[in-house]
Amino acid sequence: MLEIKNLHVKLEEEDKQILKGVDLTVEAGKVHAIMGPNGSGKSTLSYVLSGRDGYEVTEGSAKLDGRDLLEMEPEERAAAGVFLAFQYPVEIPGVGNMTFLRTAVNAQRKARGEEELSATDFLKLVREKAKALKIDAEMLKRPVNVGFSGGEKKRNEILQMAMLEPKMCILDETDSGLDVDAMKLVAEGVNALRDEGRGFLVITHYQRLLDHIKPDVVHIMADGRIVKTGGPELALEVENNGYADILAEVN
Amino acid sequence: MALPDVKQSATEARLATLHMPAAGCTGDAREAALARLREMGLPGRRDEYWKYTRPDTLISPEAPFAEVFHSDEPMVFDGFDRLKIVFVDGVFSPEQSDDLSLEGVTIDRLEDICCKDIHWAKQLYGVLEERGQSPVQRPLAALNTAYAQDGVAIHVTGKPSKPISLIYRHESETSDAILHHVIRVEAGAEVTILENGPAASRFNKCIEIDIADGGKLHHVRAQGRDHQRRAATHMFTRLGKESVYKSFTLTVNGVLTRNEQVVELTGDDAVAHVAGACVGDGDFHHDDTVFITHDAVNCESRQVFKKVLRNGATGVFQGKILVKEGAQKTDGYQISQSLLLDDDSQFLAKPELEIYADDVACSHGSTSGAIDETALFYLRSRGVPSKDATNMLTLAFLAEAVEEIEDDALAEDIVSRLEGWLARHS
Repeated sequence: MLEIKNLHVKLEEEDKQILKGVDLTVEAGKVHAIMGPNGSGKSTLSYVLSGRDGYEVTEGSAKLDGRDLLEMEPEERAAAGVFLAFQYPVEIPGVGNMTFLRTAVNAQRKARGEEELSATDFLKLVREKAKALKIDAEMLKRPVNVGFSGGEKKRNEILQMAMLEPKMCILDETDSGLDVDAMKLVAEGVNALRDEGRGFLVITHYQRLLDHIKPDVVHIMADGRIVKTGGPELALEVENNGYADILAEVN
Repeated sequence: MALPDVKQSATEARLATLHMPAAGCTGDAREAALARLREMGLPGRRDEYWKYTRPDTLISPEAPFAEVFHSDEPMVFDGFDRLKIVFVDGVFSPEQSDDLSLEGVTIDRLEDICCKDIHWAKQLYGVLEERGQSPVQRPLAALNTAYAQDGVAIHVTGKPSKPISLIYRHESETSDAILHHVIRVEAGAEVTILENGPAASRFNKCIEIDIADGGKLHHVRAQGRDHQRRAATHMFTRLGKESVYKSFTLTVNGVLTRNEQVVELTGDDAVAHVAGACVGDGDFHHDDTVFITHDAVNCESRQVFKKVLRNGATGVFQGKILVKEGAQKTDGYQISQSLLLDDDSQFLAKPELEIYADDVACSHGSTSGAIDETALFYLRSRGVPSKDATNMLTLAFLAEAVEEIEDDALAEDIVSRLEGWLARHS
């Protein structure tokens, strides 16, 4: 489904190479986790895949179902099925959460040539999904992420994901800033979306999220490359011994 | 002090083209205003309050040419039940206006009160304008008082069942309109005043509003889409005890607009909110000049002005809060912000506070910035196309000003005008 080959990326402003040849394939129905120390390029990878400005791809490719993602605008990637759950969800004063969700859902449907959801159908759907994530009506009415706690922001990301039903979900440090209960809630939301047709790329520092979202494949990223790939046991190894051993081993 | 020659000759050249209507009960006020005007002269570039806005085309003897704009779309406020008072190029149109009788309010045409020696409006016509000449001179308002061709006197004694809607139509490409309205809201009375339309090629308008104790006046204005028109407007408002004045102005297009609000809180516990949202593209200059005087205890004032500017448009904000000695427990708030959609546009702001009481809370802020790229990316990453995302953020930016409109239906109508503008200009 998601196929990344030899991806090299540098920061536009600083002329600094961040990704130095990433190879990664995520199959439909699978959950891949990427772990790695700070500054290894994990978040950069998520931004480049979703189309954020400020990065220059100098080599390599990233395709979703054979379509070149790197040629697309961020909204086209979204309509094609890419979703990034932000590490730091953005506050947008003046835009109601509900309006935002509805605009996003209908913009994607329109881009795919599907009929827009009626107000009633949309409302029904959003209430049902919000309930599962313990998001109340008040939170839906408020401006996007404004005044939300850390946990509420992350639940709001998962609500968007549930509403948009993307093919390829990228979660960037979704566990950061969450207490155990909030993390469980978020993980449940993610697990509810797992199915045959959907791929996940879960970026995290810590193994603890992976206790709740069980990965099929774990990658270790360091200095802009995937340096080791294994099963869930690799995450435990990191948890017990840190990254030093693995990095020493691959160098 | 004698006027500089340049100023005096510019003033006399302008006055030579004007004709003072038959006086009646406003006669003395008009003569006094003319004397005031001659003393101060019409505004010039060097005047402190005209540093950011060129007055030339507002004071030239003839009104500059302005193409008349026609649209098939419904006009703002069309969907509302209201009492319509229509002026065409600055002249009252009885044919296009509704019958002026409505319970709780008496409406007279200025021309009619000019023929009467005694009329309540005599206590108001030119009075608040004169008070508003100090400490800052407003010569275009004095000119207005002296030479107003038309206007209405609205006496609110109850709670009329629908808004009074002043509609200004522009039909001649060289029209030069001077309108002066006076509004008196009696104790406990309440009214909504709507204004819309481009009025004329050049429009000089003045409204004097006197709100007695416990009275309320809501004002919502949309200034019309004619792009080449010019306008200088003044609103002078005096508030009594526990009275409320809320005014919102939407400006889309217009090559030059200067809106002045002069508000005086003279009774305790009064509330005055003035707000404006403007969106300008290209040859567009919009100036909000506000002066709020707190002269009583425990009053609240808010100024909320938001401007969206692109393709070289210019926005100006000059806003002052003056808290007089003894005006304790004053709560004054002022915010002026611009959203610059490109590098060619500019926003010039001069916020001022002058406080002579020691137990007050006053704040002011002014910012200028571009679209938040992070928010834009966030919206796009959820599938919202770039243009729509930009428009969403632009409306969000204007929201704080639009929220000052208390009536939800009116606010919605204003938002739909803004959406229309964004759709046409992106």
